[in-house]
Amino acid sequence: MTRLVDLAKVLRSKNSGPFQITLDVLFDDRAKYERVKNSGIITKETVAKAYHLGLDDITGIVFFDPAMGVKITYNRKISSGTCFDRDVYGAQQHAPLMEFLVP
Amino acid sequence: MKDSFKILSPCGILGYGFPDESFERGLEMHPDAIVVDAGSTDAGPHKLGAGVAIVSRLACKKDLRRLILGGWKLGIPVIIGSAGGSGGRVHVEWTLSIIDEIVKEDHLEKMKQAIVWADIPKDAIKESMGKGEVVPLGTNVPPLTEQVLDETTAVVAQMGIEPILEALDTGAQLIICGRAYDPSPFAAIGVKNGFPLALSYHMGKVLECGALCCDPGTTKDCMMGELYKDHYDVYPTNKERKCSPVSVAAHTFYEKDHPYLLHGPGIVQDLSQCTFKAVNDHRVSVYGSKIEPSDGYWIKLEGARLKAYRTFVIAGVRDPLLIAKIGEVESLVKQSVEKQYEEIDKDLYKISFINYGINGVMGDLEPLKDLPHEVGVLFEVVAKSQELASAICASLRSTFMHYGYEGRKATAGNLAFPFAPSDVEFGKVFEFSVYHLMKVSDPCSFFPVEVRK
Repeated sequence: MTRLVDLAKVLRSKNSGPFQITLDVLFDDRAKYERVKNSGIITKETVAKAYHLGLDDITGIVFFDPAMGVKITYNRKISSGTCFDRDVYGAQQHAPLMEFLVP
Repeated sequence: MKDSFKILSPCGILGYGFPDESFERGLEMHPDAIVVDAGSTDAGPHKLGAGVAIVSRLACKKDLRRLILGGWKLGIPVIIGSAGGSGGRVHVEWTLSIIDEIVKEDHLEKMKQAIVWADIPKDAIKESMGKGEVVPLGTNVPPLTEQVLDETTAVVAQMGIEPILEALDTGAQLIICGRAYDPSPFAAIGVKNGFPLALSYHMGKVLECGALCCDPGTTKDCMMGELYKDHYDVYPTNKERKCSPVSVAAHTFYEKDHPYLLHGPGIVQDLSQCTFKAVNDHRVSVYGSKIEPSDGYWIKLEGARLKAYRTFVIAGVRDPLLIAKIGEVESLVKQSVEKQYEEIDKDLYKISFINYGINGVMGDLEPLKDLPHEVGVLFEVVAKSQELASAICASLRSTFMHYGYEGRKATAGNLAFPFAPSDVEFGKVFEFSVYHLMKVSDPCSFFPVEVRK
């Protein structure tokens, strides 16, 4: 098993508009990308578990072969920059995804 | 008609800065236009709600002067998208006041200017709401009511290419757009010069972030885009940067909810069939961008309203006995303060704690439970007035400082304050109250073009 962070070239989180956060995992090697894609470890269920989200909070998981990447988008509990938000740009929400184990 | 059309994008946000050498090198390549995006909602609702800019006036003027003089020297148009950051009337006027200074100082009185405004009257929104033509953009966006709209400071909408084309038709050399879909100003000038809509929009999507699609990527450097009939090229003007098929393809992921379906005003870009080819180690050709008209022409509305006033305190905790039960102590402190102010309705204020070192960044979503030897505590009170926020926060601070929790040994004080005074009045807190799509019959109707004298 290898940690996802050790296979990815880029692993990040960012706002996608004020109401969503999007996680990107990008690879610079097709074999690594295919390994992760085919492993089936990135699903609504696994992401929901790691991020304490409901399945409905996750609005999309899309693999994009030409860019060798996967994008996961989920609804924020609190919209960007208002009372009790903790991460206005959503730029530090990626750490739990780093720990996903890839067979 | 030209076989190709070059657009120089100096940086990802006007005012973020860019190296002189990169920009000069870009000008030496004879671009046909300079286009820069000035906008973003990334920094939260405050800029739009409070009517302030994202960047300083100093930084904006420094960038603007170089762009305007560069464009003037080559006799090519300069287009600014989402002026002032949020692109509302006050933000555009802030930009215009800087432009007026530059025009005066550099004797550019002959330069023709056009503005494209992007403020949406609330009455028009209410009328559309009545017809069911205003819909939330996302499953967690609160519904828009007339009351929420009335409380919203100002509403802007992201323009498509159509009003910018109208501004270009006036022959203006400097076009200042209010809120625009980030790629629109780039796409408009491409389309104006006869290049395909799909390529113009996709190239705009890459260029609007400056050199972010490079390796190393940054929003603070220049990027050139070259439109052809069947593809486009992008390359950094700084020789220190490279871009590759992977770096450009990967950029389409950036801050969007979908990697290859991009929704804009009146359009949907489909990048699923794109191919990215290396021309050399710093230049990439992109083929196969597609675009379709969307089902009806919808514009994205953005608005913010005042939510509360905030006062906050930052303090450190080093006592392991307190760290071991910090969440419990915080909740007891909160209860104590609420009791001290029993006469005040609890709906008028809210108390919150952030424990950096434990779960400060992720809150309830944090999977790790380890305790550190030191914790940064940020506590805040948000309330209906600044006075109330500060009063409650002062009591919260003194109560926390001296709270005699069970098992305490350090009876002199619980918190290390880095500052005196410890309490900081933050001011107004806003929230995005409008993030909706509105159907329009004419893409230009809410984006009037004004030629400046």
